[in-house]
Amino acid sequence: MIKIEKLHKSYPIGKDSLHVLKGIDLHIKEGEFVSIMGSSGSGKSTLLNIVGLLDVHDEGNYFLNGQLIKNMNEKKAALLRNKFLGFIFQSFNLISYKTALENVALPLYYKGISRKERLKTALDYLEKVGLKDWANHLPNELSGGQKQRVAIARALVTKPKVVLADEPTGALDSTTTDSVMDLLKDINNEGMTVFVITHEEEVAEQTKRVVRLKDGLIISDEITAVGKSKAV
Amino acid sequence: MFDLDRWREIFQSINKNRLRSVMSGFTVAFAILLFTLLFGIVSGLSNTFKGAFVDDAQNAMFIRVWKTSKPYKGLQTGRRIQLKNKDYNYVTEEYANKIQYQSARIYKNFAIKYKSNASNYRVMAVNPDHQFLEKTMIDEGRYMNERDLNEAAKVIVIGRLIKKDLFGERPALGKRVNVNGSSYLIIGVFSDDGGDNEERKAYIPLTTAQRMYGNNDYVSQIALGYNPNLSLTEAVTFGNRLERDLRNKLNIHPDDQSALSVRNMAEANKGIGQFMGILYAIVIIVGSGTLVAGIIGISNIMIFVIKERTKEFGIRKALGAKPLSIVSMVVQESVLITTLAGYLGLSLGTYILSLIGNSLEEKYFIKDPSVSPSIVIVATLVLILSGLIAAYVPAKKAANIKPIEALRAD
Repeated sequence: MIKIEKLHKSYPIGKDSLHVLKGIDLHIKEGEFVSIMGSSGSGKSTLLNIVGLLDVHDEGNYFLNGQLIKNMNEKKAALLRNKFLGFIFQSFNLISYKTALENVALPLYYKGISRKERLKTALDYLEKVGLKDWANHLPNELSGGQKQRVAIARALVTKPKVVLADEPTGALDSTTTDSVMDLLKDINNEGMTVFVITHEEEVAEQTKRVVRLKDGLIISDEITAVGKSKAV
Repeated sequence: MFDLDRWREIFQSINKNRLRSVMSGFTVAFAILLFTLLFGIVSGLSNTFKGAFVDDAQNAMFIRVWKTSKPYKGLQTGRRIQLKNKDYNYVTEEYANKIQYQSARIYKNFAIKYKSNASNYRVMAVNPDHQFLEKTMIDEGRYMNERDLNEAAKVIVIGRLIKKDLFGERPALGKRVNVNGSSYLIIGVFSDDGGDNEERKAYIPLTTAQRMYGNNDYVSQIALGYNPNLSLTEAVTFGNRLERDLRNKLNIHPDDQSALSVRNMAEANKGIGQFMGILYAIVIIVGSGTLVAGIIGISNIMIFVIKERTKEFGIRKALGAKPLSIVSMVVQESVLITTLAGYLGLSLGTYILSLIGNSLEEKYFIKDPSVSPSIVIVATLVLILSGLIAAYVPAKKAANIKPIEALRAD
């Protein structure tokens, strides 16, 4: 599903440039539940942004669903994001003046689906994350955990191939962290590829495969206990 | 083109960000309001100036005489000049092809009496052409004709207000009135746009006055309507030539304005034309300045708004929005606000102008101020275009920011 070969990325800082990713090779197959671990500055967010087509890489190859990602313009990238990818952010990134239901329905709008169908599908997904009763509330009327569940519903509503989560539990307490992780597990059990970035061991433990980054390089890539038990 | 979902998005955005929408709308509405008022007021001034001359025909010329102020060819200063029928005929013969209408004038002040009602009025003895020179509008009956003139008939055409004074609501046509002791038949009643004084006048045939009052061939004034095919410049030249010829003929110093002068509407029209041209030029400069200030205002607000929404655009892009859809959403929103606000300002301005109406005519010479439809259309187009540009430039820039940077924005 995701295949990365010798990926390099640097950011210009004044006259110098900061080499963030120094040759990453990573292959994630369909249906995997992978977490990327690393301290801040290790390049894990950069990796996720490149995988999510929110940023472009400098060198190396990136294949998404078998398609080589190269010379993407914003229009093509937008189409691919809409079609293949669902995003979950640490800060939720809900649109503040739209209700939970409208936020969830938004990706379907960009997919060109009729309003009636959008709202129906969005409501189904809100029900799935247990927030059907909150459909008409604005984000600032929801708790952090609820917001993140709305964001998850929004990420899933287009039935993407890959769900990308950037520190999805970073702003949540331990109870809500568990409920969010349970949701991600459910998603993965339905066959979706889930790609999580975290610096919390407890979160990483619940995924099936942990990739550890340090200074822009992969230092380990292991199947977790959960992953092993499922594989058997 | 019409995308209901797109408009739903736009209305939601406007509705949820009322302060912002109202602010940007206010800037435009205010600019257009000022623009409309400015244009309206100048058009009101222009109406007053044009109105000042509706009394007489646009192509009228008046030859007036008085005492000489300069000695000439051995003749003394202070000599009284008198126009006579031969001078009138000289003008007719010399300038036939340059003249549309011609009439002599003799001014008299007479008491006009009907039964027990009597009052003093200005009575003018004229030729039939005078009707067109003075823009006399016949309400009832007729004006005098050549036959009245040939017969020196004792007929009179009275102003609407004389009729009102003497007859009230009763009919006046066909009745006889006593003018300075003689009986005259009323053959017509007229009205005139020149004001009340003009409608308290009466006209009698020139020949009648010459025969009845002095038995001479004197003429007080000669009024002309120059050929309308002449340009303003040609008409001014004609007036000057006429003045020179007549002074020469009557032995008047060529520069003696007091003894004989030609008042030429062509000169006045030329002056007004130039004056209004300059006034409109000033208004266009100031008015455009106001519009530009409004446009800059809305551009500033749009830049701020778009900066504020950068993160939202980042979210939308992460969810699959194409840059074009973001740009067109913002542009449509901006155009909608500018158009609505522009119309609001325009309607408010037009409404205020209609309230003003003629109330400022006395003191400020502003009569019936209004804006023409063509200016309304141009201003609206300018607004839509400016709303478009004001939004397009920053929106395009925002839409091209990489989503990762847009998401990081606060």
